[in-house]
Amino acid sequence: MSLFRSEEMALCQLFLQSEAAYACVSELGELGLAQFRDLNPFVNAFQRKFVNEVRRCDEMERKLRYLEKEIKKDGIPMLDSGENVEAPQPREMIDLEATFEKLENELREVNQNAEALKRNYLELTELKHILRKTQVFFDEREIHDVDESLTANLIEDQYVGTQMMNLAAKQGHLGFVAGVILRERIPPFERMLWRACRGNVFLRQAEIDTPLEDPTTSDQVYKSVFIIFFQGDQLKIRVKKICEGFRATLYPCPETPNDRREMAVGVMTRIEDLNTVLSQTQDHRHRVLVAAAKSIKIWFTKVRKIKAIYHTLNLFNLDVTQKCLIAECWVPVSDLEAIHLALRRGTERSGSSVPPILNRMETREVPPTYFRLNKFTKGFQMLIDAYGVGTYREANPAPYAIITFPFLFAVMFGDFGHGLIMTLFALWMVMNEKPLIAKKSTSEIWNIFFGGRYIILLMGFFSMYTGLIYNDFFSKSLNLFGSQWFVPQKSMYIFKEKDVMLDPKNAYANSPYPIGLDPVWQVADNKINFLNAYKMKVSIIIGVCHMIFGVMMSLWNHMFFRKKINILCDFVPQIIFMTFIFFYLVLLVFHKWVAYYATGDDEGLGPHCAPSILITFINMVLFKNGEKIGECEPYMYGGQQGFQKFLVVIAVLCIPWMLAGKPYLIYKYRQLQHQQFTNVSTAGLTEESDQVQMANGAAAPSGDHEENEKMEDIVIHQAIHTIEYVLGCVSNTASYLRLWALSLAHAQLSEVLWGMVLRLGLQSGSWFGGVFLFMIFAAWACLTLAILVLMEGLSAFLHTLRLHWVEFQNKFYQGAGYPFSPFSFDTILETAQNVEE
Amino acid sequence: MGAAILPVLVFTVLWGGVGIILPFLVPKGPNRGVLQVILMLTGACCWLFWLCCYMCQMNPLIGPIIQSHVALVMQQEWGGGPATNAQSA
Repeated sequence: MSLFRSEEMALCQLFLQSEAAYACVSELGELGLAQFRDLNPFVNAFQRKFVNEVRRCDEMERKLRYLEKEIKKDGIPMLDSGENVEAPQPREMIDLEATFEKLENELREVNQNAEALKRNYLELTELKHILRKTQVFFDEREIHDVDESLTANLIEDQYVGTQMMNLAAKQGHLGFVAGVILRERIPPFERMLWRACRGNVFLRQAEIDTPLEDPTTSDQVYKSVFIIFFQGDQLKIRVKKICEGFRATLYPCPETPNDRREMAVGVMTRIEDLNTVLSQTQDHRHRVLVAAAKSIKIWFTKVRKIKAIYHTLNLFNLDVTQKCLIAECWVPVSDLEAIHLALRRGTERSGSSVPPILNRMETREVPPTYFRLNKFTKGFQMLIDAYGVGTYREANPAPYAIITFPFLFAVMFGDFGHGLIMTLFALWMVMNEKPLIAKKSTSEIWNIFFGGRYIILLMGFFSMYTGLIYNDFFSKSLNLFGSQWFVPQKSMYIFKEKDVMLDPKNAYANSPYPIGLDPVWQVADNKINFLNAYKMKVSIIIGVCHMIFGVMMSLWNHMFFRKKINILCDFVPQIIFMTFIFFYLVLLVFHKWVAYYATGDDEGLGPHCAPSILITFINMVLFKNGEKIGECEPYMYGGQQGFQKFLVVIAVLCIPWMLAGKPYLIYKYRQLQHQQFTNVSTAGLTEESDQVQMANGAAAPSGDHEENEKMEDIVIHQAIHTIEYVLGCVSNTASYLRLWALSLAHAQLSEVLWGMVLRLGLQSGSWFGGVFLFMIFAAWACLTLAILVLMEGLSAFLHTLRLHWVEFQNKFYQGAGYPFSPFSFDTILETAQNVEE
Repeated sequence: MGAAILPVLVFTVLWGGVGIILPFLVPKGPNRGVLQVILMLTGACCWLFWLCCYMCQMNPLIGPIIQSHVALVMQQEWGGGPATNAQSA
């Protein structure tokens, strides 16, 4: 019976030996059935007893995160065995700390070395490129020296500088600077040089084809080699400053070709040496990380468990002798045995001789609400909890919503085809449950769908059933059993008319189509008229039944809490009001279906005499008398007028009963109590009783509200309650008409989609028609999925949710509780992992 | 006019079986109560929904209005109905 009402909870006091406390809490964390209360709410987080330990755990976690980051950077797979490691003993913490410290230091050192090496390597590669590229420039210069006379004739921009250089070289010292710069900085660099040196320098540049690795950020960057020729020391200083400003690295470049060649050879050998050293460092780093990757998940689990334990221990109170810790926790009564066992295990593990003491405490505080859920019921409970977590031990709507929710959804969504798509999707999710869970998707929308897979499955099943009843299959009907309507052979004359109404007298077989609507209505022009009458009535019938069910639930609640006064003054008038007016309406609907027929001999029961239920109902409430029109009786059965008046009078009388009954009874009861009290006190205990009263008042500030509530409050509360119920009955009944509206909208929309889209493809002939149909079908299928299944499904879902939250639950559900959140390693680890991702 | 025995019986027995008999056969366990409620509500909802649809067609007060070419096709495809067959016989 766990899902029908929340678990019975007990507040327990726990005395733990200081040595055993850690092990016991660890066992309780594995069990996950105790919610600890903070016993020092006014103590700052930094002044608690185990702050140091928590801080150490934080530090360890930081190191682990660093390790994890490095492992991810190298793309090493982390072994996640999924096995549950127990929380380590407190003394193991030091070992763990030492391990992590060592690993972190090693890694940092390796990283530092690697960085230095990489920087070195980068410099050498850049130098190599400079030597290679500048060689080209110098070669060019020599060529120009040779055929200077030729180029003098063909003065082009590019060669002006070269010639200038050559001139300068002849005149004497022409200096140059070579370096490497980021490629995107070249244009501003060039502009700056030109402006600052007034065009007296000459810049040549060449792009390095392969990207180089930046050692600090390890990004791949594109760079260019440049060489600047200039004359004079002043320009040299200026050029160097500009280079510095643009973060270009300058490298010494020898002037003579021989030196350059020598240098290039030297650089190449050094690069090779560096490469071997670098690869060795990388190997070492890799080895360290691979070793760490094997157990990093386990380490995370361990550290998180230790931290959680110390956090919990911080909630405890220290007793005066400092020898034992006092804890208070909420525990499900049926699990007390398991808690005892866990505590005993913890004591044994810690080697303490004194067993922990678990005391059940008396309390007036409201316990948390706890349901034992499985993967199937979880989704439905979440729907209810989204409205409000149930008050402790009150009737839970979730077990009923398992069926009524998909059913009401399906009444609005009824289409066999759409239901089939939904079912298949949900079935796929349910079948592949385990691999899909293991994937741990972070997409929020997917997680919502996946979390509600069982809801969607049931919604799909019921949609298929209601689709069968509505006889809608992608807006087309199935003629499974043969229509009961036919066009009589003899009435060929009807084809002279444009359209024809089949007369129920001679075109209808004797009994209805066995399952659902007759397929003939799908092709009828007055389909909407017929469907409106049918769906409106069905939604009223379902709505009234649903609401009566809700009122019956309130009876169950009152009986459970032994509130006789509520049964007498709330439930009885409520159910009378509901049945005498609204259930009577339902009965009228059924009566009309049975009593009136088209083929009868009695003219009074013919189709034109059938009264409108709505008008009858309005007349009933307004005490209007119907009038006889022709031979038609205004009433559907004998004595209806008197009976209806009786019903309305009784129902109206229920309103003052609801309004005044409860306050009056409470008033009487209090008077009686007061009399007894004064009788006792006049017997000579006046002073003492005053004291007792004061003590009571002080001791139970948060006690039973009902006994302390003032009389005015009770009256006002009851008035609001009554008005809400009476008006609610009317408006809620009307609200259930959304079942009709949405199902009609859904059917119409799918019909329009068929008529406007798919029919185009079905109409065109020849081979071209096949190709066209192929494309049209794709469009139709996409629209069906996106609009009819997804969007309409969503809207029907929301309307169903409203019908449950408002129309159904306001009859009995308070939803004023708070959820039970036990100390459990599973949930802590799970949330930590989700935060990480 | 009126109901045919067979479909009413079949459906009442079917959903009655689901809603009344199956709950007794649910195996014992922690979920027995919930399963019973599920079965009972399923039986009740489905039966009620079918019943409403059946009853509202039991005594039709209006007939479908169909276009004459549809009527012609109907006559050819679905036949002239049992009444005419009886008459011709």
